[in-house]
Amino acid sequence: MIAIKTDNLTKKFKNTTAVDNLNLEINQNELFALLGVNGAGKTTTIKMLSCLINPTEGDAFVFDISISKEPNKVKPLMNVSPQETAVAPNLTVKENLELIGGIYGMDKKAASEKAQNMINLFGLEEIQNNRAKILSGGYQRRLSIAMALISEPKLLFLDEPTLGLDVLARRELWKVIKNLKKDITIILTTHYLEEAVALSDRIGIMVKGKLKIVGTAEKIIQTMNTDNFEDAFIAISEDIGEKA
Amino acid sequence: MKMSAFALRNTKEILRDKLNLAFGLGFPIIVLLLLSAIQANIPVELFAIDHLTPGICVFGLSFISLFSGMLIAKDRTSSFMLRLYISPMKSSDFILGYTLPLLPMAMMQIIICIIAAMALGLSINTNILLTIVVLIPAAILFIAIGLLCGSIFNEKQVSGICGALLTNLAAWLSGTWFDLDLIGGTFKTIANLLPFYHAVEAGRAAMSGSFDMIIPHLLWVIGYGAAIMGFAVYAFAKKAKSDNK
Repeated sequence: MIAIKTDNLTKKFKNTTAVDNLNLEINQNELFALLGVNGAGKTTTIKMLSCLINPTEGDAFVFDISISKEPNKVKPLMNVSPQETAVAPNLTVKENLELIGGIYGMDKKAASEKAQNMINLFGLEEIQNNRAKILSGGYQRRLSIAMALISEPKLLFLDEPTLGLDVLARRELWKVIKNLKKDITIILTTHYLEEAVALSDRIGIMVKGKLKIVGTAEKIIQTMNTDNFEDAFIAISEDIGEKA
Repeated sequence: MKMSAFALRNTKEILRDKLNLAFGLGFPIIVLLLLSAIQANIPVELFAIDHLTPGICVFGLSFISLFSGMLIAKDRTSSFMLRLYISPMKSSDFILGYTLPLLPMAMMQIIICIIAAMALGLSINTNILLTIVVLIPAAILFIAIGLLCGSIFNEKQVSGICGALLTNLAAWLSGTWFDLDLIGGTFKTIANLLPFYHAVEAGRAAMSGSFDMIIPHLLWVIGYGAAIMGFAVYAFAKKAKSDNK
């Protein structure tokens, strides 16, 4: 089943075209990495898909529901773990989770039970009664992702999930993400290319608002005839950049 | 459920900020004690406890604007708000979620001020209950000012505007510290055109049992409160869109 289908999705800001006729299909329960240098259009694409901003032209469908026409039906299906840690600082770990449960319509009992499940799943038992603002960066990221999952979304946006984490915390989080991808469609944006290669089923690379290539990491390396993924990424980004 | 979950979070965020809370509740009481001490030594009718208390209650409410403004401004500039914008929450959930926790806090602040005034000699009668009710529109007005400032300005600007400018405006132009007739002229005209003086006068009228004087003053407060709340809702929705671009 197709989880996301974009149909000439375009976003223009005054004289700039941030996303230019994007046509993309992402399968259900696929982990899709959306890559690109700064200003490539990744964030704008994610903002449109998550109904934060409207497309200028075209449309996108999340589980066959239009983001332009029925955003209120799309929103309950998705959740996000933003780039910066998005937690309520004065609330405890458990309260943060219960808050998101409540916002997604759970009653108090259900939110509490789901929060406890998330605490167990993400290994947050020891710090569940600590306020979010005193947690380490790694724990805050885990909490942030747990908050995104408590609503049981069918689609999850992970924006730079391991930014600023040390290597151990990053590897821990990779394990968590690998476990998630069996049951949920994930769109990952990251500047760590090795992260995209390690975690994703397919990768799309955007340059100046256009989606230039989509495929597995191996396929992209093969297509660009390079030794590794980083070289392939640079070749795509620079080549297009020079031509533009 | 969405709104109540969000309102509960906002209540906790505000109540757990001990410094703000102590300042918001403590400062008006300190002023009340100070002015009562002045009154005890140099009797001035303006500082008589039944005259002073409504003014201090209104002054204290300016800290509620600071609480609400700071919370919204802080939220708006954080990724936490992005999470909320993506959620199924509607504009009404946001506005009510910010407003509802502040109303009981504002009422609690008024009640604490009045209890402190009772300890300083305010006579206990049914007019006190009426005064509390009459001050509700003022509480909503100050919450709305906080919502508006938090929707438009950043955290630093809110602390300057609500923390310094508004508290001073609410104090000087309300006729609490000095009789506006003593200055008169443009100053008095401006004070009359703003809601702070009318909020205090409505409270004083209720406290003294001059019931016919309540409504004319209260209409100013209700009018300003409704208009500013309307602007705040509009500004919040507009800012939410531009913050996400």
